[in-house]
Amino acid sequence: MPPKSDLPQGTLDLLILKTVAMGPVHGYAIGQRLQQVSQDVVQVPQGSMYPALHRLETRGYLAADWKLTDTGREAKFYRLTRKGRAQLETEAESWKRLAEAVGLILQVPEGAAE
Amino acid sequence: MSRWRHLWFRSRSEQQLEKELEFHLALHVDELIAQGYDPAEAQRLARLDLGGPEQVKEACRDSRGTRWLEDFVLDVRYAVRALRRQPGFSTVALLTLALGIGAATVMFTIVNGVLLKPLSYPEADRLVSLHEQTEFSTRFGNQWAFAYPNFLDVQRASRSLEMAAWRFSGGTFGSRGDAEYVSARQISAGLFSVLRLPPALGREFLPKEDTRGAAPAVILGQGFWRRRFAADPAVLGTSILFEGKPHTVVSIAPVGFRLDDEAVDVFTPLGQNTEPVMALRKAHPGINVVARLRPGATLEQSRAELSLLGSQLARQYPDSNTARSFVAAPLKPQVDDVRSTLWLLLGAAGLLLLIACANVASLLLVRAVARERELAMRVALGAGRARLIRQCLTESAVLGLAGGLSGLFLAAFGVRPFLYFWPGIMPRIEEIRLDWRVALAAVGVSLACGFLFGLMPALRAPARGLDRTLRAGGRTLAGASRRVHGGFVIVQLALAVVLLVSAGMLGRTLLRLSALDPGLNINNVLVTRMALSPSAVTEPGKMRSNWRDVLDRARQVPGVEAVSLVDTVPMREGNNQVGYSTVPGVIAPNDQNVALATSVTPEYLKVMGIALRQGRFFTDQDQLGGAPVVVIDEVLAQRAFPRQQAVGQHLWMPDLSDSALLVVGVVSHVRHWGPAVDDQASVRAQFYYPFAQVPDRFVRRWSELMSVAVRTSRSPLSVVEPLTNAVRGTTGDQVLYEIRTMEQLATSMLARQRFLLFLFGLFAGLALLLACIGIYGVMAYLTGRRVPEFGVRIAMGATAADLLRLVLKQGLAMIAAGVLLGLAAAWGAVRLLQHLVDGVQRTEPLTLLAMTGLLVAAALLATYVPARRASRIDPVGALRQD
Repeated sequence: MPPKSDLPQGTLDLLILKTVAMGPVHGYAIGQRLQQVSQDVVQVPQGSMYPALHRLETRGYLAADWKLTDTGREAKFYRLTRKGRAQLETEAESWKRLAEAVGLILQVPEGAAE
Repeated sequence: MSRWRHLWFRSRSEQQLEKELEFHLALHVDELIAQGYDPAEAQRLARLDLGGPEQVKEACRDSRGTRWLEDFVLDVRYAVRALRRQPGFSTVALLTLALGIGAATVMFTIVNGVLLKPLSYPEADRLVSLHEQTEFSTRFGNQWAFAYPNFLDVQRASRSLEMAAWRFSGGTFGSRGDAEYVSARQISAGLFSVLRLPPALGREFLPKEDTRGAAPAVILGQGFWRRRFAADPAVLGTSILFEGKPHTVVSIAPVGFRLDDEAVDVFTPLGQNTEPVMALRKAHPGINVVARLRPGATLEQSRAELSLLGSQLARQYPDSNTARSFVAAPLKPQVDDVRSTLWLLLGAAGLLLLIACANVASLLLVRAVARERELAMRVALGAGRARLIRQCLTESAVLGLAGGLSGLFLAAFGVRPFLYFWPGIMPRIEEIRLDWRVALAAVGVSLACGFLFGLMPALRAPARGLDRTLRAGGRTLAGASRRVHGGFVIVQLALAVVLLVSAGMLGRTLLRLSALDPGLNINNVLVTRMALSPSAVTEPGKMRSNWRDVLDRARQVPGVEAVSLVDTVPMREGNNQVGYSTVPGVIAPNDQNVALATSVTPEYLKVMGIALRQGRFFTDQDQLGGAPVVVIDEVLAQRAFPRQQAVGQHLWMPDLSDSALLVVGVVSHVRHWGPAVDDQASVRAQFYYPFAQVPDRFVRRWSELMSVAVRTSRSPLSVVEPLTNAVRGTTGDQVLYEIRTMEQLATSMLARQRFLLFLFGLFAGLALLLACIGIYGVMAYLTGRRVPEFGVRIAMGATAADLLRLVLKQGLAMIAAGVLLGLAAAWGAVRLLQHLVDGVQRTEPLTLLAMTGLLVAAALLATYVPARRASRIDPVGALRQD
């Protein structure tokens, strides 16, 4: 099992938005998908998933409907709102820039500053 | 939005949250079972992974951001429960607050209606009032009414203003038998449309009706229409008898319409007034002018235009219009004479409210100390400091709001009685009602009060020295707390001193003014206005003979001793200022040589009981054509002829007569403006001239002004009916109106002082009561806390008297501090009263002493009760308490 990594501040919201962007999904599945896609590197503590979902819903990035699952259970399915999609784009963009910047800094050979 | 939805559908969103988490757990358990765990173990692991459903729920609620609201609802519920648990405390606090807020709300309702509300015309901010300005008016700081010809010229020429005018009048309505004097106004054709108030029925006067010689028309006032015509719409188009002439009714005035703050009975067209003086530009009977800025025009433009028109007219009519200009000012309600009274009373009510707040604050503080243990416990259990402060503030806000609503309720019933007792006429009375502005202010003030008196206890709440409080079992008493308690009591006492001293000063003033000699004998004198028969008001000879007839008939009425005509009755409205000079020539008007002119008939001195000092009064021989004579008062004699014999001297009064006036007598000074104001009145000097010598061209105007004054040998009101019948005249349509006794007039001159004294007295009494409750409560509480200490003292040999002294000393210190602080504030308050209420003098030591003595005595009594109880405690029981 690869080592788990702590999520930087604010990243969880971005990851949730991205996951929900692929189609309506319930809370449990979001956690599962994050784990699968990241090949077990990202493991969101289940306890912090729901407050994050409710926060995003309150801000209007997510909307929710109650639907039946394949197994006939009632579940709360989240989907991305128009506002959420815009938010996802801005956040993804700024994340990318930050990642590139961090990469650039890490490429600088040690001692080069002298 | 969604926050509110969450709060609203709180239980539903709670259910959904529960369901969502259950679904999550179910899936997780299924998966774990699929991995081979047995069901019970799977359940446990799933819950563990989630991190406890309750915590997750709490975090979700937090993330929704409705947390503070949910807490607030809880706090309010808790506060209401806490208040209901202590009904005694809550009742006292609520009553105190309701009283304070109620009194302040009544006052604010009236201040709001009379002083703060804008005028109730549509687009009232576009309305202006117009005045003439002359060198003379500028010097005296007042403004002149318009001359009618000037009004017509300006109205015709103005591009920026839509103008209208009205003039005071009155007259006899109906004929022989049911003749009645009605209040009336002559109005110009455009008045209602300038004000944007269409008549309730019919149309307003047409321009062609507003001219000389047009067919007489009237508009009836709402109240008059209801009273005399039972609100019958069929009266429109019919003819009524006004001033002896048939007039066609063209409309009914708008509902609630008032002019000069009076509900007028009858309106006639101003342009139909044929009096010659109306055509004068100088020495004219003024008219009131109101105007509306035309669309797009600004006040500045209209002012520029008016000054241009003013200079044009000055060139055109140099005799009358030189140095005469026209000014426009935004139309304001005329409330100047009540402004200071209302603000004073609002201030007094505000002081009372502050005392009420201090009272409740000290009650709450006592409770907060008692609850220290509970609060300390909650801190120990992890409640945040901010959370506790909020809880305490919520409690006092709930209390404040409840007090505010009760106060609003009280105020709703208090406004009418207040207006009933109000001396004189309250301007804009129809505007006074509890509206949203008042409600908002009351709720705002009560919330502010809630925070004000809740702040101290709230800041104390997060138990300082937590461990100590818990150990002591809530029986500690920090010195700081005692100081805060003392502070509240001192503030209350100080505020009570301010109100008591103010009330005392008003009482002293009233006593002093009542004792002043008015310069006349007000007993058994009746004064009434009178309208001559309309058929007589045509030519001077007829009017003169009618007046002679009235005097003769009145003299025949049993009980009548003397009767006279008079134009300006003392202590009633009316003010005729005339410039005089002791040498021939034109006089430059200034306040040094202006005197109050009164036109009377020979028996006037006898009727009013004015003393003749020198010379003689008028006789029937002083007639037109004879030498013009005057009688002056002591003040005028002193001013015009210092150290000289006044009788036999001459005075020149261009407004009155072209020739010199011979001074034939000197009489005592009459306090024409009432006992309070006369000393400060700018015009004090008085003189009298015979009505018989008024030139023919003025007789009609003087006839409108004349009152009949009667001295009786019995109660003056008992001659009203026979007098009314006697003077009715041969045509039966001469009517008396505005019937008053001189005693009533004299009383009304002090009505304002009396009313202020009554309310200040009431407020001061309540303040005294509240302050005593306050000091009693705090002393009872403080001594209660010291019971164990007293036990020890007794055990050590202190006597009951020692303890009594000990407690009294503590109380006395507070009383002394409060009184000293209060006296300093009262000094300022009295200065203010002196400034705002006529007749109030400098602070009198005797009043100060009496009022503070009253307070000290009451406060000591309130201290004595707990002190005595403390001195009688059983030492063994007291010691066991610890």
